[in-house]
Amino acid sequence: MNLAAATNENLANISNVLIYSSMAVYTLAFLAHIAEWTFGSRSKVARTSAALTTEGTAAAAARPEVTVKKAGGTAVLERPKVVTRSAAGTRDVPDGPGAHGGTEKGDMYGRIAVSLTVLAFVVEAGGVVARALSVMRAPWGNMYEFSITFSTVAVGAYLLLLALKKNVRWMGLVLVTTVLLDLGIATKWLYTDSDQLVPALDSYWLWIHVSTAIFCGAVFYIGGVGTLLYLFRDSYESKLESGGQPGTFAHSVLSRLPSAASLDKFSYRINAAVFPLWTFTIIAGAIWAGDAWGRYWGWDPKEVWSFVTWIAYACYLHARATAGWKGRKAAYLALFAFATWLWNYYGVNIFITGKHSYAGV
Amino acid sequence: MSKTDTAADGAEPVPAAESTEAAESAEAADERELGSAGSQLSTAPQEDAPNLPTLGVIGWARWFWRQLTSMRVALILLFMLSLGAIPGSLIPQNSVDELKVADFKKAHESLTPIYEKLQLFDVYSSVWFSAIYILLFISLIGCIVPRTWQFIGQLRGRPPRAPKRLTRLPAYTTWRTDAEPEQVREQALALLKQRRFRADLAGDAVTAEKGYLREAGNLLFHVSLIVMLVAFAVGTLFKSEGGKLIPEGDGFSNTLTQYDDFKSGSLFDNDSLEPFSFSLDSFEDTYEKSGPEKGTPRIYRAHITYSEGADGPEKKKAVEVNSPLDIDGAKVHLIGHGYAPVVTVKDGRGKTVYHGAVPMLPIDSNVTSTGAIKVSDGYRDKNGKKEQLGFNAFFVPTFAGAGKGQMFSQFPAPDYPVLALSAYHGSLGVDSGLPQNVYQLDTSAMKEFKDKDGELLKQRIRPGESMELPDGAGSITFEKDLKEWASFQISQQPGNGWALFGAGAALVGLVGSLFIQRRRIWVRAVRAADGTTVVEMAGLGRSESPKLPEELGDLADLLYEQAPGVPEPTQESAEPAEPHGPAEPEAVPAEGAEK
Ligand code: HEM
Repeated sequence: MNLAAATNENLANISNVLIYSSMAVYTLAFLAHIAEWTFGSRSKVARTSAALTTEGTAAAAARPEVTVKKAGGTAVLERPKVVTRSAAGTRDVPDGPGAHGGTEKGDMYGRIAVSLTVLAFVVEAGGVVARALSVMRAPWGNMYEFSITFSTVAVGAYLLLLALKKNVRWMGLVLVTTVLLDLGIATKWLYTDSDQLVPALDSYWLWIHVSTAIFCGAVFYIGGVGTLLYLFRDSYESKLESGGQPGTFAHSVLSRLPSAASLDKFSYRINAAVFPLWTFTIIAGAIWAGDAWGRYWGWDPKEVWSFVTWIAYACYLHARATAGWKGRKAAYLALFAFATWLWNYYGVNIFITGKHSYAGV
Repeated sequence: MSKTDTAADGAEPVPAAESTEAAESAEAADERELGSAGSQLSTAPQEDAPNLPTLGVIGWARWFWRQLTSMRVALILLFMLSLGAIPGSLIPQNSVDELKVADFKKAHESLTPIYEKLQLFDVYSSVWFSAIYILLFISLIGCIVPRTWQFIGQLRGRPPRAPKRLTRLPAYTTWRTDAEPEQVREQALALLKQRRFRADLAGDAVTAEKGYLREAGNLLFHVSLIVMLVAFAVGTLFKSEGGKLIPEGDGFSNTLTQYDDFKSGSLFDNDSLEPFSFSLDSFEDTYEKSGPEKGTPRIYRAHITYSEGADGPEKKKAVEVNSPLDIDGAKVHLIGHGYAPVVTVKDGRGKTVYHGAVPMLPIDSNVTSTGAIKVSDGYRDKNGKKEQLGFNAFFVPTFAGAGKGQMFSQFPAPDYPVLALSAYHGSLGVDSGLPQNVYQLDTSAMKEFKDKDGELLKQRIRPGESMELPDGAGSITFEKDLKEWASFQISQQPGNGWALFGAGAALVGLVGSLFIQRRRIWVRAVRAADGTTVVEMAGLGRSESPKLPEELGDLADLLYEQAPGVPEPTQESAEPAEPHGPAEPEAVPAEGAEK
């Protein structure tokens, strides 16, 4: 055994240790998020129901008559304020306060959870990089590697949104839970020893096509979480609107989420922003297939499902632009689209053989 | 077929919940006006209720056409297309792997006739799948054409005038200034033009619009889809694709008869095969020798000599997996490799009856391979009777060593090659007229050669060694120069360039369509009763966007610098004051500002 190979094995081992460590830290983050939600449930949040149950003119007055004050560089006269109104047909409900429910303790645990997530992210990213270095190639040769990269990118995207001061902390718990699930599956069932690529995968298109595919999946996932929570929150709001009484647990959780309108907008923006990149991913894949297999499109199962996913997302975008299909119907389409993506990722690799199967899954 | 003189979807302003009768008709007038302010912000067709026509054939045709080109039907067709593509990934497809289809048919005898009726083995060329996408593309064309005219109309026309009550628009701001109204309007016009709005002055207000590239992008995207479809269709109809396995030293020239297997589109013409030829000089493969990745291929490279045209000059080229040989539209891809042991078969009198490289098919990643050696003529048994010989062959490039487990290769490179043979004689069945698999021996009409114990004659031999057939029936020798083979796919598909161009254009259009906001800004400046000038600015986008209030705020800031504000007068002289007016509550961040 030569020296280089030994170093490689070392790096591969380091990578494994880092991945397991990140799982430990994610578990702590998970617990901190649970604490955040628990403390938050003790606050007396009644905002949403108040906003929804007050009627008629009062409801009109309760519209977010939001004003923007532009603070200029120098202390000049007060600038004009912009008044905004939301479009017809949307409920004007303020966003919930977030998991901490406005409680100080909850907020503290939430911050701890986010800090732990940052730490876990760094450790996990280290694991991915070590894995890549151990084989001196892009770490996307098999499903184990896809999975660890996938969750790293999803968390990275979430942290980026947080850093950009977007209101996304509400998804912390769901995200951390799925990341743990993903890593658990990856380490338990999908693990493959660090390995070289077969010549077919050895192309710069791997970098382009696979990196964008993983990125799209991770971000589609975030959009999917938004859509799912939108559906819950929307039924909660319409229940309140029609005078119903949601269960205590549902009320406690859902009243702390952003309003249905905000969630809907959030997931639309995410999905719409990634769609062109997903289109690009498929085009890049077709070009690569043209080089590697001699035809750019051959209805290989992976190609079929990428096509299905693409059409499903196009369907969703059309639904958003079509009167009568907005809201819940469009949301179901978005979930369907994400389900096809998931199936393309796990199902097709595991259950269907095609040209896209790799050694050891 | 323009149906867009109502409010653009998503941009309808809020109807306020006022209760008095008198207010209601004013409301209605307001609504109409606001509706037209938002009109034509996109060219998306309006959804009208599917009320059934009463007007005979033409009415029905028109109704049908309208339905087909509506967004709702486009949506449904798209959804059906995505569902319709699914079976093709679950059921083996003729276009992908005919052998698998045959296996499936054998395993599911009762399902097969049903599947065949539904064309489920050829989903992507089936009648129903074609129907979905053809309808979709008719719908698409029926959608693009009117939308393009409409868009051109919008580019030549003017955006609608400012509605009376700007306060009702999604983003609004106002202030009072001492500047003259005309002056403010001129300044606003200059400002908006400078910000590349299409702006003009009408009455007491400036109307401005920006973001036409959104619509242009959307149209470009949809047109590109058609370009891609046409390119794909042309490619499918005119394409040809075939495979050829070549041992080192052998060659190929691009004519139909030379292919091992060949498929072509229905409009393909044999004369359009690109004339060229090539031969495989050597195949280079290296593998990781140690470490955790032991046995992983590092290099697969086929060194070939080729010539273009009937007898062009010879050129050298190394074909690799991701780098094909490209000759004027025909591409030669390396798709596989394996070993071809060279064997010599002699009859009982020592006459050579067969000599050649016999390609073996790999069955695992260490290139354990199987194959068959068939001696179909020239052989006579010891009595001088004509007979055929057949050998089942098993080849491993690196043998573990006698007694060490099974006959599986330990490493893909030929470090310790061993050929295991079992011998038969009789009829190979090649004359029966049925096509035969050259890699498999059909032993149904053959007899086993027996060894001393009366068992099937089997032997492992190394390069240079021979296996003797019993009773002076002859011998077979595994020659020392082990050859490799490479298999190539030779394909020709016109329209690739167009497909790529269409894909690129679609991407550009999509980015424009999704990331550019189309929006309108109005600026009104009028003299109030107290002699000051009231400036009102309002913005409307096709959909609610947090950027619109921000942009309006920025523009207001700039205009405010040129027309600075004066303190608000007392309530009674403030004429555009409104319930939702500017004097409303205090600063919370704008909607969406932190989303
Ligand atoms: C071949 C299948 C089609 C695909 C893949 C497709 C895809 C898309 C996508 C991804 C968008 C989103 C871009 C945006 O929101 O601006 C879009 C928008 C749009 N599509 Fe299609 N489309 C197809 C067929 C059609 C057809 C048949 C129609 C006409 C009935 C149509 C009409 C529209 C319109 C009007 C918009 C713009 C909606 C808006 O302004 O937001 N599309 N399409």
